Amino acid sequence: MSALPTRRDEAWRYSDLEAVASVWPLPAPEVIEVAAGDSITRVIVQDAAADATAIRDIQVILHAGATATFHVLNTGGKLGRVAIDVTCHEGSHFELGAAMLGAGEQTLEIVTTLNHIEPNATSNQMVRSVLGGHATGSYLGKVAVARDAQKTDASQSVKAMLLTRTATANAKPELEIFADDVKCAHGATVGELDKTGLFYLESRGLPPAEAKALLLRAFIGSVFDGIADDAERESVEAAAQAALERML
Amino acid sequence: MLKIENLHAEIDGKEILKGLSLTVNAGEVHAIMGPNGAGKSTLGYVLGGRPGYEVTAGSVTFNGIDLLELAPHERAAAGLFLGFQYPVEIPGVSNVQFLREALNAQRKGRGEGPLSGAEFLKVARAQAAAIGMDAEMLKRPVNVGFSGGEKKRNEMVQMGILNPKFAILDETDSGLDIDALRAVGDGINRIMRAPDKAVLLITHYQRLLDYVKPDVVHVLAGGRIVKTGGPELALELEAAGYAEVTA
Repeated sequence: MSALPTRRDEAWRYSDLEAVASVWPLPAPEVIEVAAGDSITRVIVQDAAADATAIRDIQVILHAGATATFHVLNTGGKLGRVAIDVTCHEGSHFELGAAMLGAGEQTLEIVTTLNHIEPNATSNQMVRSVLGGHATGSYLGKVAVARDAQKTDASQSVKAMLLTRTATANAKPELEIFADDVKCAHGATVGELDKTGLFYLESRGLPPAEAKALLLRAFIGSVFDGIADDAERESVEAAAQAALERML
Repeated sequence: MLKIENLHAEIDGKEILKGLSLTVNAGEVHAIMGPNGAGKSTLGYVLGGRPGYEVTAGSVTFNGIDLLELAPHERAAAGLFLGFQYPVEIPGVSNVQFLREALNAQRKGRGEGPLSGAEFLKVARAQAAAIGMDAEMLKRPVNVGFSGGEKKRNEMVQMGILNPKFAILDETDSGLDIDALRAVGDGINRIMRAPDKAVLLITHYQRLLDYVKPDVVHVLAGGRIVKTGGPELALELEAAGYAEVTA
């Protein structure tokens, strides 16, 4: 893309366009090609400084039977954006577990495009957002299933928790299906911390901030469970925990 | 130990407690009985400090301190335990994780050091065994998928681990079968029957009082204590009904 995006561009409609302009033009996306039958894992921790504009643009090409597993913690920057465009060939699998934790005036975005171009490929995306202050957190998830891509199984689960009345969560699944024998499941919820649960925890002796942190940790829950390397998983979980504590 | 004087409390602008007074001494078990809507659960929540319940007049002192000035977690650290009529399900948080954090937060509030994971597990397993709860349930998310009886047993396990000075038990007997009722009753006696502890049992029915013998029985109606007596008052209520006794 050469021209600066506008609100009319679906993939940018909730973005911080001023921040985008400050780093325009964007570098070419990082391209990750996974050979037939291979598998890769990626952990992305976007923890940029508060005034930074951090945009990650990744293209993934999964050849037949290949698997890619991404875990994303998107928490830093004035604008923190992680865009992943995936092309799935026959029988490949894409897995995403992501958390967006934002406060203040932050704009955080996870934008995925799943191009299921051949049969029998599967994708599974789980995104959890916790937003406070005036933060905006957006998940835009497009799934495009080509005419020949029968038996595609694509699922999206998106949940957001708002800590303040002034925070905003956007969840936009976008399905474009040309095949007739596919499963595309998507679910999205936006909620706030359960007051009865908080009182229950506090009545047992947990101070309010600890009770909230416990509930939020549970909410983010299993998104990072799939990180196989223990040290790596613990470091992402610690970064998520630190981000949550800053918000409370 | 607990002294409630002329307590008035409202929720959403509606007055529920209308001048309730009550004194519980160390070593005593008091039962509060009363019809639906009398204010029994409100009393429990006000003592526990639940947000939304506003005290408009009166005082509550607990071992000489002003209870109403304390936040819910500070009341817990001071030795208060509120057993819920409907224990809350907390998905994603395991019983052990929650209870260890809660106990250590209370210990910190009292200036005591934290228990290690191993020390804590030992205490938790012993409490689960004493109430007849499978130790595996300690690892499960708090109350999630528990039956009514399991939730109430879990409240007793929590009470045993936290070892409070004063327990307010809000209809801990509701939804229990006979075996669970006996287990819960035994739990209350085992954990709370001591010269330096006291219990306020909020209940609709006499049957829990077969297992936990109260020293004093109060009848709560219309937001105040309308009658106080010995254990025989509970039997009288059971036989004659609230309308007769409170008339």
